[in-house]
Amino acid sequence: MSRPREGGVPLPLLVPAAIGTLFLVLPLLGLLIRAPWSDLGARLTEPGVGEALRLSLVTATLATAVAMVLGVPIAWVLARTRMRGRSVLRALVTVPLVLPPVVGGVALFLVLGRQGILGRLLYEWTGFTIPFTTLAVVIAETFVAMPFLVISVEGALRAADARFEDAAATLGADRWTTFRRVTLPLVSPGVAAGAVLCWARALGEFGATITFAGNFPGTTQTMPLSVYLALQSDPEAAIVLSLILLVVSVATLLLLRERWLGRAAAA
Amino acid sequence: MRTRALLALPAAALLALTACGGSSNDAASTSGRSSAAESSGGDLTGTLTVFAAASLTDVFTDLGDQLMKENPELDVKFNFAGSDALATQITQGAPADVFASANEKQMKVVTDAGLQGADPKIFAENVLEIAVPKGNPGHVTGLKDFENADLTLAVCAPTVPCGAAAQTVFQAAGINARPDTEETDVKAALNKVQLGEVDAALVYATDVEAAGDQVEGIEFPEADQAVNEYPICVLEAAPNPDAAKAFVDLVTSDEGQKALTDAGFRNP
Repeated sequence: MSRPREGGVPLPLLVPAAIGTLFLVLPLLGLLIRAPWSDLGARLTEPGVGEALRLSLVTATLATAVAMVLGVPIAWVLARTRMRGRSVLRALVTVPLVLPPVVGGVALFLVLGRQGILGRLLYEWTGFTIPFTTLAVVIAETFVAMPFLVISVEGALRAADARFEDAAATLGADRWTTFRRVTLPLVSPGVAAGAVLCWARALGEFGATITFAGNFPGTTQTMPLSVYLALQSDPEAAIVLSLILLVVSVATLLLLRERWLGRAAAA
Repeated sequence: MRTRALLALPAAALLALTACGGSSNDAASTSGRSSAAESSGGDLTGTLTVFAAASLTDVFTDLGDQLMKENPELDVKFNFAGSDALATQITQGAPADVFASANEKQMKVVTDAGLQGADPKIFAENVLEIAVPKGNPGHVTGLKDFENADLTLAVCAPTVPCGAAAQTVFQAAGINARPDTEETDVKAALNKVQLGEVDAALVYATDVEAAGDQVEGIEFPEADQAVNEYPICVLEAAPNPDAAKAFVDLVTSDEGQKALTDAGFRNP
């Protein structure tokens, strides 16, 4: 591939690209400018902040793990089988991408809530209810974030050369072995990219969480929820919390991209 | 607060634009008319702009319709929003005729700026009530049940008004509440009751009334410790002072007071 020349960028592309970049980056700069830097240290050590951040990191990581276990197989089914109704399946599993998250939260209630289709049975048999628990946070985040992983992995599977899999099959490997030993390593950069996206989306999840999991410090109050609440009483605190969330997100995206995706792009 | 003021500016500017057009008409049509026209019926003209707390939406819309029916030449317009946003808009110069606030704190913002045309009157009270799903599956009987860890309970977060009121009544009653969720506003807390996902939530009496059959309300004596008082006043710069006075009179009349009680408010 030839490298694009510096001087060769046409102006009709450069100008909108610059405006677009400003549009995306300026609000983040605004956060940096308005941050109460002088008492930042004191605010960071306030008890609620660490608790919410820890809960956010733990639940986003768990949600990503669940999404990988369930989402990679979905992607494989979408990319490698000739099942009828595949396009319908693809549309269905990616609906949470465009669904307003609050609607997702209500939908989760209707299935897993105490009065929900499955939740009612669970409650009658065990006395356990999912809403208002940390588990509910993980479920809400998984629901909203998993489509990002599915789309990334499906794209990677489609781009991967299926002849390696054919070769493995002709050498006597069964489909499960082929998947584990050939397919998965082949698409691992795609899986990593999907996992990073999924994790970042889960970290920022708000609507489905506040609807389905509620808001209680230490149990269900993640960072986005505490930002929203802080905004109503103490805007300065909301800015500090937003700043932390921004730093964590950018740092993660940078580090992981460098480490996995950078290598994949170079290969 | 600064953020709110910034957000309110475009809204206030917009209102200023639209209301300016209306007010010049009012001035033309009401000039030379004696102010004896008040609530006598049929004589009020022009546009009346009422800024009122969101919780008054249903009652005030009905009362406004009634005033328009009695005065065919009158057009009543409402701006329903959070009281603090309304107070900010008024102090920023939005040309309103009447301001009805959900608490005295936000009315004070307006009176401190000297923008009231007459002393504010308390016309309604809102108190907390326990909302339970239809049939009361958790067998909730009073505020004491909020100590029960076996029940699923919702309150508002302490940072929002209904949460602050909840804390006041819990403290007054010496109750160590154990909620499962601190909702971001009173409607969100009510919503969890409507879905049947919590056994009880602490909301306003008016919210229980507005929720209809899906929700039952339980009154409790400690509610008197956190009474929300609603003041109303005609504004000094009211473009249509006659109609403004007629509306305030209607709200404070027996008829207006009955409409408010029907909506779950208490009369002061």
